[in-house]
Amino acid sequence: MKRKSDVVIIGGGVNGCSIAYNLAKKGLDVVLFEKNYLAAGATGACGAGIRQQWSTRENALLAIQSVKIFERLNRILGQDIEFRQGGYLIAVHDSQGMEQAKKNVTMQRSLGLKVNILQPEEIPKVAAILDVNGMRVIGATFCPTDGHANPFKTTFAYAHAARNYGAEINTHTSVVGLKVAGKAIRTVVTDKGTIHTDVVVNAAGIDSKEIAKMAKVNLPLKPFRKEIMATERLAPLFEAMVISFKDGIYFSQQKEGQIVGGIPIPEETEGYKTMPTFAFLQHMSQTLTRYAPVLKHVNLLRHWTGFYDVTPDARPILGVVKDVKGFIQCNGFSGHGFMISPMVSKLLTDLIAEGKTSEVLESLSLDRFKGKVTEKELSVVG
Amino acid sequence: MKRSIVCRCEDISEEDVIQAIEEGYTDIEELRKKLRIGMGPCQGRVCIQLVARILERKTGKKISKIPLPTVRPPLVPVSLGTLACENDEKEI
Repeated sequence: MKRKSDVVIIGGGVNGCSIAYNLAKKGLDVVLFEKNYLAAGATGACGAGIRQQWSTRENALLAIQSVKIFERLNRILGQDIEFRQGGYLIAVHDSQGMEQAKKNVTMQRSLGLKVNILQPEEIPKVAAILDVNGMRVIGATFCPTDGHANPFKTTFAYAHAARNYGAEINTHTSVVGLKVAGKAIRTVVTDKGTIHTDVVVNAAGIDSKEIAKMAKVNLPLKPFRKEIMATERLAPLFEAMVISFKDGIYFSQQKEGQIVGGIPIPEETEGYKTMPTFAFLQHMSQTLTRYAPVLKHVNLLRHWTGFYDVTPDARPILGVVKDVKGFIQCNGFSGHGFMISPMVSKLLTDLIAEGKTSEVLESLSLDRFKGKVTEKELSVVG
Repeated sequence: MKRSIVCRCEDISEEDVIQAIEEGYTDIEELRKKLRIGMGPCQGRVCIQLVARILERKTGKKISKIPLPTVRPPLVPVSLGTLACENDEKEI
């Protein structure tokens, strides 16, 4: 392990690894610490979706620009990340939902996104297994360029490319302390030794709150257990990810043929809980077979949990903090860290390597929570 | 070509596992996520012990020190129709 580096990244999820890649490519000396294995946290537990249909402008912008990068990522990283664009179909159930959907679509179109409002009878044309009556919909929005990628393979590909540019990636290494002097980051203490650096990126997912505490920075993050399931493999049935903000469900068919999806259990409360629940299995299977009745014949193979690191406005915390120089935040993704990682890592790399800030970084800084009312992201599922 | 199958669900051979280890995937969870071993209907009953043994042979790490992946419910495949049932009498 190195004793000195330009940047230390804490967290070996997709964001940590993609920042490591981008910084190393620019010639910076990068060291990454992951307490477990790569993609062991939220990245590895996530639903693999890539969506551009958001209610807040920042999220939509980050996602649209990320998709442009995802489209080229196989070539850039030299590995197949299994990116596919089957679209996202968002079910709309009532007039209130339709009003918000129209608002979202107007904003998304102003950013150049191709997105349409569908009538109920058009929904089975997108995914024939869907039952419009069972879904209880009055319409839907559909964006054909939304899609999926394999979160493990994306993370591994970023890590591999980062190593090729000289980044040092240490798995099974825990950060146990941060030393701050003169209001600036100086040293990172791990269970395998200490390292000197001027810049620390806090991309530790739900553990970001504990990491920030080591530098006496308080992050408004709350852990929410999220449950998700996978079925046996099936022949290709549908390409779109189907989601509903009202029911909280999302599901799609992955490249290998399994259907992966999740839904929040009705009585879920915040906390560091990791046990899967039977309530989820029942709620998920009931809702999923209501949306797509034919799936009642399909076997569920496994069910697991992960965390959303949720902020008060369900938008990430990115960039500098006022009180500690060199302490860069990359957390609070509230359930959508994978899909915006290409653009997030690019913006943070521009900030760290060149001191360049941007409108999006400014509006997503930790400072936004200080006594101000911030615009909440409404388009959240799972 | 002769292949020694390690994971029957996902059709992964010993050679596939060795290649992935040589590419740097030396953690059983990373191998699982890279190759999908243990993600099929058997949920790792057949393959995980074999993969752990190959990992021991290739890396020198004692098998007792190789942590096994988390066991995920349900232990056997169950149809969504069965799980969706409110009570025993309802037809599926």
